[in-house]
Amino acid sequence: MSKKKTSKMVLMQGNEAIARGALAAGLNFFAGYPITPSTEIAEILSVELPKNNGSFIQMEDEIASISAIIGASLAGAKTMTATSGPGFSLMQEGIGFAKMTETPCVVVNVMRGGPSTGLPTKPSQADIMQSRWGSHGDNPAIVLYPNSVLESYELAIRAINLAEKYRTCVVLLSDEVLGHMREAITLPDLSKVKIVQRIKPNVPPEWYKHYPDKQKYRTPVASYGEGYRFHVTGLAHDSYGYPTNKSSEVGVMMERLKKKITHHVDDLIQLESFMMEDAKIALFSAGIISRAAKEAVVLARRHGIKVGLLRPLTIWPFPEEAIRKYFANIKTIIVPELNQGQLILQLKRSLQDISDHRHRNIIPMQKNNGLLINPEEIFKKIKEVR
Amino acid sequence: MKKIPQKEIHKYLRHNKKFPHVWCPGCSNGIILATIVRAVSELGYEKDNMAMVSGIGCSSRMPVYVDFNTLHSVHGRAIAYATGIKMQRPDMKVVVVTGDGDGTAIGGNHFIHAARRNIDLTVIVINNSIYGMTGGQYSPTTPFGDLSTTTPYGNIDPVFDICELAMGAGATFVARTTAYHALEAQDFIKQAFEHKGFSVVEVVSACPVIYGRLNKKGDAPAMMEDMKKRAFPIQAFDKLSPEDKKDKYKRGIFRKEEKPEYTAQYAKLKQSLIKQEGVADDSE
Repeated sequence: MSKKKTSKMVLMQGNEAIARGALAAGLNFFAGYPITPSTEIAEILSVELPKNNGSFIQMEDEIASISAIIGASLAGAKTMTATSGPGFSLMQEGIGFAKMTETPCVVVNVMRGGPSTGLPTKPSQADIMQSRWGSHGDNPAIVLYPNSVLESYELAIRAINLAEKYRTCVVLLSDEVLGHMREAITLPDLSKVKIVQRIKPNVPPEWYKHYPDKQKYRTPVASYGEGYRFHVTGLAHDSYGYPTNKSSEVGVMMERLKKKITHHVDDLIQLESFMMEDAKIALFSAGIISRAAKEAVVLARRHGIKVGLLRPLTIWPFPEEAIRKYFANIKTIIVPELNQGQLILQLKRSLQDISDHRHRNIIPMQKNNGLLINPEEIFKKIKEVR
Repeated sequence: MKKIPQKEIHKYLRHNKKFPHVWCPGCSNGIILATIVRAVSELGYEKDNMAMVSGIGCSSRMPVYVDFNTLHSVHGRAIAYATGIKMQRPDMKVVVVTGDGDGTAIGGNHFIHAARRNIDLTVIVINNSIYGMTGGQYSPTTPFGDLSTTTPYGNIDPVFDICELAMGAGATFVARTTAYHALEAQDFIKQAFEHKGFSVVEVVSACPVIYGRLNKKGDAPAMMEDMKKRAFPIQAFDKLSPEDKKDKYKRGIFRKEEKPEYTAQYAKLKQSLIKQEGVADDSE
């Protein structure tokens, strides 16, 4: 991609924005399998990657796709795959492997209605919990969720950056409407966007440890074929990467995997707060539905109702501290979402140990029939509960 | 083929923390590990340029012992991981070590599709006819009628012929040998390494502790003796009467042919695009 082109306005689809954002972040390997509504991402990258000295491959299934990107990442590539509900379920074991072996990669999940084959051409937000808890075992997660085409572009860059920086699998959520929606956007000036590169080791191979000893998260990391000949396994391992059953070594590894996320929430969390300063009622919403929520805030304000919106761009780690701060004096919170209660569950957990929590009214607003929730519906709910 | 002394093998093994190995007494995996290393030594490949990838199972524990770039991945997916490595680094020699269960049951889909692509991977399938690591359940290659912990009344599943499967799917180098025929194995693996394309070497192996004990096959030497008696070179096998063929199997190179290799094709495609569009080749 030419850098000069990027400052002018373009009409772009959400899925295309993810593909172009990833390329801007230095993506050089993509493996995928066709699935609605994510397929455009693969299609665009099949055109662009070979022209940009990268590689695209369509694998035999989603399991093979996540496997191939992990392999390529170990060989030094910045990697991504894109899928939707059923494919995301198939990728869960591989996602756990990437986290366990601290191998950078990005999985895009353009959410559609579920469970099972569900509603392939309709939007959903029902993978909020799967994106956190889908893979077996404790595996701390970084999950991002934009709400516009421009943000899809920006968060694709951020997803690749965070994967490289924290050496983990980052999940980028989108949804059917966001993925297929077109907006006129001005792409950011790429010369001003920070792109994270892996730090290369400069020690002799016999000193090299593929994993940090201490509670560090960012240490030099070698790729295959660079003379370091390290071992990678999904078994519990020591700092060289060799399998271990010793509880002392396993405990250290598991703690570090957890803390590399929990100790860096400030770096990881992004939030948008809209008219929260004097709000008496708050909306808590993410992704495509947060756009309707924002409009409902404007509608309500026109009618003199003091409503605000808090929107997480980082879904996991869940922005608990920020939520406690913003919602400290708010007694009524409405949570519109396209599922049967996933964001609201985590919101309640985040607020439950605040002393007067039982006086707080947290109101669900859920839909999972393939339709969006529109601003008028949210406004109606606001009027009901005020 | 060259006789490689034991001392030479040590150059290719890891010396920190890995031994003793996890395999049972009498297991063929050690012999096969040595034949792979001897083939690498014979060809003079650089360790830095070798990647060994495996899935899950007894044979899949092999990578940790060799001083290569090694990946012990998840069950059945070794070939898909290896595909990613090979696509990113076509200059590296990528060898996959898998078993009959890992490679042809849970990993069957990746096996056939990698064969179809003719991507330059060497897949060594160590066939011990059983799931050893989980304690002896039947696999796609457990012979008809045999016992396992999940075929307590005898196996009624027909078996996969791994070499036929590989050929049917389009593999361009396909061979079978046994752990008894270790020098032949070394030769076949060497030829597979030299072959440009998807190569499969099935090595029939002995699992005396689990499969052998369940099916009264005797101890490790007895099972090696059995390989010697039953594995016939292709031509000798073809001359046998139908009656004699029944409990015998073929060993040898079944296929060796040149066809366009996947990463070379992709490199060509990239090159043509760069020429067409005048895109600068900003390789890393």
